[in-house]
Amino acid sequence: MADHSYDFHFVNEVVLPGDIVAEKVKTKQIVVKKIKLKLGPGLRMDKDNIIAYKCGVLREKDSTMFWIDNDQKRYIPVKNDKVVGIVTNRGGESYQVDIGSSMASALPFLAFEGATKKNKPQLKIGDLVYGRLSVANKDMEAELVCTDTNGKANGMGPLKDGFLFTHSLGLTRKLLNPDGAVLKVLGKVFSFESTVGLNGRTWVNSNSSDHTILIVNAIEQSEYMTLSQIKQNVHRLAEGMRE
Amino acid sequence: MVKIYKMAAESKERKSLSKNLLKMKFMQRTEEAKLRQQLEDEEKREIDEAHWVLDNVEGAREDMIEYETSYVVCEDLVPTGRMSFKKFNPAVEKLFKELTAQKELAECEVREMEDTVSDEQMAERYDSLIDTVDKKFGGKRKRHNNEVTLDFDRARPFKKHKAQFKKPKED
Repeated sequence: MADHSYDFHFVNEVVLPGDIVAEKVKTKQIVVKKIKLKLGPGLRMDKDNIIAYKCGVLREKDSTMFWIDNDQKRYIPVKNDKVVGIVTNRGGESYQVDIGSSMASALPFLAFEGATKKNKPQLKIGDLVYGRLSVANKDMEAELVCTDTNGKANGMGPLKDGFLFTHSLGLTRKLLNPDGAVLKVLGKVFSFESTVGLNGRTWVNSNSSDHTILIVNAIEQSEYMTLSQIKQNVHRLAEGMRE
Repeated sequence: MVKIYKMAAESKERKSLSKNLLKMKFMQRTEEAKLRQQLEDEEKREIDEAHWVLDNVEGAREDMIEYETSYVVCEDLVPTGRMSFKKFNPAVEKLFKELTAQKELAECEVREMEDTVSDEQMAERYDSLIDTVDKKFGGKRKRHNNEVTLDFDRARPFKKHKAQFKKPKED
């Protein structure tokens, strides 16, 4: 039984690191149903208070989940995040993969769907892989795998051809949002394939390099645009292409 | 006694498949999958053991608090970053649809769980209903038992018998 709850201020407002976002409040009524409070990225407990440790906008969902919506460039590995990495080295048992975080991550040779000791995918230095972080710890090297928890690839693995570009993590989340507009609008005009990694890297492949460049430009420019602006911009770029 | 031992040994042999069969390709696949699963479990356990937690400090205070480190969960992002448009890569397009459908299904289930009665409520309700339900089932079972006893004599001849030679009556 919980005899206290947390009183949140600053919801949908900008908070700075160190701001006390919520305080513990004693409640007189006895709450039978225990509701677990979920603290997302940017928030942590400090004694009886919940404080922010990132700057950004405090967001809430169903009044049980709180997090800070911020935009940054440095990627911090989080378990089960799907990221795009670049192979930088080949070791005895694993590849070393750069995922844009402070430390490179390890991708074991056998962490692919159907890989065995005799039959494993050969990656060269500089190749791109789309994988899932199976181990992500604050003080340890992250580990990358190219299978989901059931051992299926589900679209993960090496990425052939195409073009890779980096952008902010805020744009990544915009692209991966189910209501995200840029890719949908582009998808109505062009035939292409894209892989958005949560580490701020996006890989684009299309029929011609002209199209790829245009798509990349449209995505990069869309970061601070509204839906109507995005539509306008994409159509303008497509018109220019046809001429 | 000797015979019994022999039989036991035979049944043991029958349980494990022959070497040649196990060598076949489709058998090896399952073997490998089993081995991999085992290794995975072991790995998971090792990882879990390697992660030390201060339970006396965190457990006491943060009973109500859970941490969610991923933006994917917070902001309901799509489950995979791989997308294809206008049939550029149909396999990826199909996969994306499948994964989003899976995610939606899971969400629907969660919502349904919230809307419908909880296990505890269900248990309470059944607790009060126990007599009624008991009557219903008891009645049925009684009826069922009666039928069985009535039919018992008739049912007997249907018991599995080895086909045997029937000597014709001598008249």
